[in-house]
Amino acid sequence: MTIPVNKSGDGTQDQAGPEPVRASNGGNANTEPFVRIENLSKQFDGVTVVDGVDLDISQGELFAILGGSGCGKTTLLRMLAGFETPSAGRILIDGIDMSGLAPYQRPVNMMVQSYAVFPHMTVENNVAYGLRKEGIDKARIGEQVAQILSLVQLSGYEKRKPHQLSGGQLQRVALARALVKKPKVLLLDEPLAALDKKLRQRTQFELMNIQHELGITFVVVTHDQEEAMNLATRIAVMDEGKFVQMGTPTHVYESPSNRFVADFFGTMNMFEGNVTAITNQYLLIDTVDIGVIKAPPTPGVHAGSKVWLAVRPEKIAISKEPISSEFTTSIKGVVTDLGYYGNRTIYRVATNTSNVIEISAQNQFRASVPTLDSSDEVFISWELTNSIVLKE
Amino acid sequence: MNNRYAEIADKAWRLFVVYLPYLWLLLFFLTPFLIVFKISFSDPVIAQPPFTPLFDWTKNGVNALYVTFDNFVFLFEDDLYWSSYLKSVRVAAVSTFCCLVIGYPMAYAITRAKTTTRNILLLLVILPFWTSFLLRVYAWMGMLSTHGLINKGLLSIGLIDEPMKLLYTDFAVYLGIVYAYLPFMVLPLYAALQRLDLSMHEAASDLGATPFRVFIDITLPMSSAGIIAGCLLVFIPAIGEYVIPALLGGADSLMIGRQLFNEFFENRDWPVASAVATILLFILVIPIMLFQRYQITDGTSGNE
Repeated sequence: MTIPVNKSGDGTQDQAGPEPVRASNGGNANTEPFVRIENLSKQFDGVTVVDGVDLDISQGELFAILGGSGCGKTTLLRMLAGFETPSAGRILIDGIDMSGLAPYQRPVNMMVQSYAVFPHMTVENNVAYGLRKEGIDKARIGEQVAQILSLVQLSGYEKRKPHQLSGGQLQRVALARALVKKPKVLLLDEPLAALDKKLRQRTQFELMNIQHELGITFVVVTHDQEEAMNLATRIAVMDEGKFVQMGTPTHVYESPSNRFVADFFGTMNMFEGNVTAITNQYLLIDTVDIGVIKAPPTPGVHAGSKVWLAVRPEKIAISKEPISSEFTTSIKGVVTDLGYYGNRTIYRVATNTSNVIEISAQNQFRASVPTLDSSDEVFISWELTNSIVLKE
Repeated sequence: MNNRYAEIADKAWRLFVVYLPYLWLLLFFLTPFLIVFKISFSDPVIAQPPFTPLFDWTKNGVNALYVTFDNFVFLFEDDLYWSSYLKSVRVAAVSTFCCLVIGYPMAYAITRAKTTTRNILLLLVILPFWTSFLLRVYAWMGMLSTHGLINKGLLSIGLIDEPMKLLYTDFAVYLGIVYAYLPFMVLPLYAALQRLDLSMHEAASDLGATPFRVFIDITLPMSSAGIIAGCLLVFIPAIGEYVIPALLGGADSLMIGRQLFNEFFENRDWPVASAVATILLFILVIPIMLFQRYQITDGTSGNE
């Protein structure tokens, strides 16, 4: 991935006209969002699929939209590409209103989950297709196609037909075909979903390298939270047509704003309870399952409010002896299940109130027999700062 | 031992199932054709059957083979047959083209329609098959005749002052063939267009192709198998068509199907009729072979 890419071809996208300067901003291009989505909504036959989404993406960002199936993420992406007309709201790319522009008029390219590589054209012709529509002269098309094919490591496959390629190679053809147009924004709909696990991980890094190298703004739609975390600089979690939370991967993972995000994004142990006391250093929560426990102070939480205490499985320690310290919660339980994954072990521990808590422990040391086994009595402990209080 | 018999029986059954279609073709296509082919090398006689046998048993018990190429030579020498062949090819080609031009938008519209509408439209395409073909051609005679529906209509709205000659013209033959064979064009086109992945269209549009370019670059080449299948399904029966030119065409519209009929039933010259049929078959084999070649080369190599 060290092949230099000629960026002199950028002038081809400039047919869209001069950039209008937005009045509200002092004209400072760096703070101006590159992609701006304003109150965007879409209804299909009276059903709201995308519901008043606002979003600003800056230039060169790798933005991921994460959500389950039917959450509206693909519809949002298709509105960006121009395949769906918004019911309300508008999209601005580089300051230009996209309303009323057909897909072939937008400075945007999309790569779909099925790749949609043209089966009756060779790899070369697939990649050159978009450039030919721009009316660039043949020599330059050949040059740019060769460059992009070497960038996606498909040099030597020029004359192949799509049915002679593997899934991973097809994905590269689709990517090259979109990238060669040097779009202002590249939209990727589940770009890696059709690849097997190993290839997916490798391709993730390659995608990031390519994005870094070309400096194109990427918007990725995915249902895979690990993929989103790994790829993106920022993530928006979407549910029922709305953005539930937006932020950096760390922020969304470590500080989910509500139970939906906490549960959707990774695994989370959650305990429902009522706040009984508040001090400067901690809250006391009377939980249904594990009694009264200490929790970190959280703004907006009052004595008597109903809350959920959330702890990630990997932030819980499992041991045969209790850990006693002022800010550590230690609960007695019995191992009911364990799953050995080599690098880590997942324990399921039942407390005396029969709530099952999941713990993920790193297998840091070599061992010939498991240190803990089913029906062992254990203590599970976590520090105050490793838990989160969720209000909704 | 039992096992072995079961195995053999199983194998035999499998071979039977696999070769059943071939058996069918051998019995009902190749055998009749070989008979026709054989007759085309005989001389006509007034007898039953009306041709000389190909093999003759002499008194010594030795086979003698009598082969004559007179029938074929006769066909090549007489302009009548040549012009009939050419006319048939022309009529079939023009009709096929017309069917394609009319049928493609129809098939495209059907694939784009909503499911319920689509089923109704498909039913409408197939509906004519539920009535007798002959009856439908007679209906056209009624409509096209001098005092028929079309002339009456045109006269009543004042577009023409006197009835036009529509029936017994080449126009009527084209009209009849296009009408009768349109479903054979629409159905394979529909099947091909239905399979077409819409994401291909979107991808082309996304890469900067206008709707017209999407059609030329993606829709048309990706439905080429349907186009070829539809064209063959129309061209092959149209070239040997007898009923439509006989009923709707003029006395001078001598297509090869009619020549064939005349030789068989009016002249009772079976050998010449067989020669006509044999040459017709060879004319038809050429487009089929081209199609086969296209299918083979399509998948493996080539350009855009």
